[in-house]
Amino acid sequence: MIAHAIVFYIFSLIAIVSAIMVTVSKNTVNSVFFLILDFISISCLFIMIGAEFLGMIMLIVYVGAVAVLFLFVVMMLNVAQQKNEWFNSSGRSSHIPVGLLVSIIIFFELIIVIGGWKYKPDLLDSIAIEINTDLTNTQSLGSVIYTDYIHLFQLSGMVLLVAMIGAIVLTFRQRSGVKRQSYFKQISRDRKDGIELVDVENNKGVKIDA
Amino acid sequence: MAELFIFFEQIYKILFLLIPVLVSVAMIVWLDRRVWAFVQKRRGPNVVGPFGLFQTLADALKYIFKEIIIPASSNKVIFILAPIVTMTLALIAWAVIPFSETFVLADINVGILYLFAVSSLGVYGIIMGGWASNSKYPFLGAIRSAAQMVSYEVSIGVIIINVLLCVGSLNLSDIVLAQKDLWFVIPLFPMFIIFFISALAETNRPPFDLPEAEAELVAGYQTEYSGMMYAMFWLGEYANILLMCAMGSILFLGGWLSPIDLFPFNVIPAPMWLILKILFLFILFALIKAIVPRYRYDQLMKLGWKIFLPFSLIYVVLTASFLMYFDLLPGN
Repeated sequence: MIAHAIVFYIFSLIAIVSAIMVTVSKNTVNSVFFLILDFISISCLFIMIGAEFLGMIMLIVYVGAVAVLFLFVVMMLNVAQQKNEWFNSSGRSSHIPVGLLVSIIIFFELIIVIGGWKYKPDLLDSIAIEINTDLTNTQSLGSVIYTDYIHLFQLSGMVLLVAMIGAIVLTFRQRSGVKRQSYFKQISRDRKDGIELVDVENNKGVKIDA
Repeated sequence: MAELFIFFEQIYKILFLLIPVLVSVAMIVWLDRRVWAFVQKRRGPNVVGPFGLFQTLADALKYIFKEIIIPASSNKVIFILAPIVTMTLALIAWAVIPFSETFVLADINVGILYLFAVSSLGVYGIIMGGWASNSKYPFLGAIRSAAQMVSYEVSIGVIIINVLLCVGSLNLSDIVLAQKDLWFVIPLFPMFIIFFISALAETNRPPFDLPEAEAELVAGYQTEYSGMMYAMFWLGEYANILLMCAMGSILFLGGWLSPIDLFPFNVIPAPMWLILKILFLFILFALIKAIVPRYRYDQLMKLGWKIFLPFSLIYVVLTASFLMYFDLLPGN
């Protein structure tokens, strides 16, 4: 049990320190790497409480895909060269009030959640579904998501679909003058339409690609 | 005292797995070069040791004694971390590979997700190396490989769903045991082909080795690396290839199971079968390297997103409806 506690505190320490480093570090790319470290330690915490499916999905989705794109954008836009000036700029700090507002709201939300858990523990008993400890949590998740919560599940899928279509529409641009390769055309070409024998008149020549 | 004993037992088990993996990575590099040479009617490495078997060890020795050069304008911490990340990720994935019913280091519930997660983390070593070098060729190589690996992971994920539909469990041992009667390569043959090709792309093997296409990008993300750090990238890459072969043999070729449960076959120990299947897949990898020309980048992306992804999605629907119709769904 003690070993369990030690490992838990190590992971939570890493999570908190790296979360702070995300905002503090001066190089934006380093921030993203600390964000990845944060994700990884949080997924380790998930695995420690027995939610191994959630932990692995966290790793696959956030670390394996989302953070890669983050890193991509940060590296491509060359924001690495612009230093992160949250803590050292004096004049240009117009973003501080907004950030402060967001963090105050999150802080109060946390207080409400923790207060509810601390002073009204019977709230936890009002969970609609009983947890069957015999099943692995992948099975129990699956048996709930696709039956009782199918509508919510499909709704969240719709939200993702809308976001995906939006991203495609925003970034799609039709370029003219691009020669595209068509495999079918290439393969179905034969000698007849590939080669043309022309009698060239003297001093006139032939036109290609007319 | 007892806890200390368990601790050392675990370390012994880990070493018992890691050292053979590392040695076989060295041997596999030799095999790769020999197969390549065989196809091209050359001899390949044949000088150091019997049949040139110790060539890789000689190469490794050479790398160890070379100077490690760190570019002056690089981001040093990330530059040094990159090969370590690649190597570590390639090795920790072996923890869940079941070599027989009892011989597995960590028999976890979500083994296949763990494998998938670790192989999708592999892209970080490459991006970190490419970016930290602070040079154009490595950066271009890193960007290419990030896009490539993320795209092909999607289709590998969908293929894994296909297999999981037939198994009903995420545990790797369960996946192997579900193939006792019929290896999944037979009902899911198109998926096996797509998995194989995606595995080539995921491990940056030819014909999809665009991140390190030497004609365009010198050596891609490895350009600035030298000595031991380059060797670590190299070892990590081959360990990843072996891992993908192991994943393919577990998902489709029945893992440690023997093809037929008859006399000459079932005498051979179970881990041997897995190793033979891994070797078979690896020889295919090596042959592909020798006989297929490199893809163009847009062709690669088109193949991943426009052909493999829709096809494997359709196959998920087909598999699911087939299992549903004939009432073959596992767990009923």
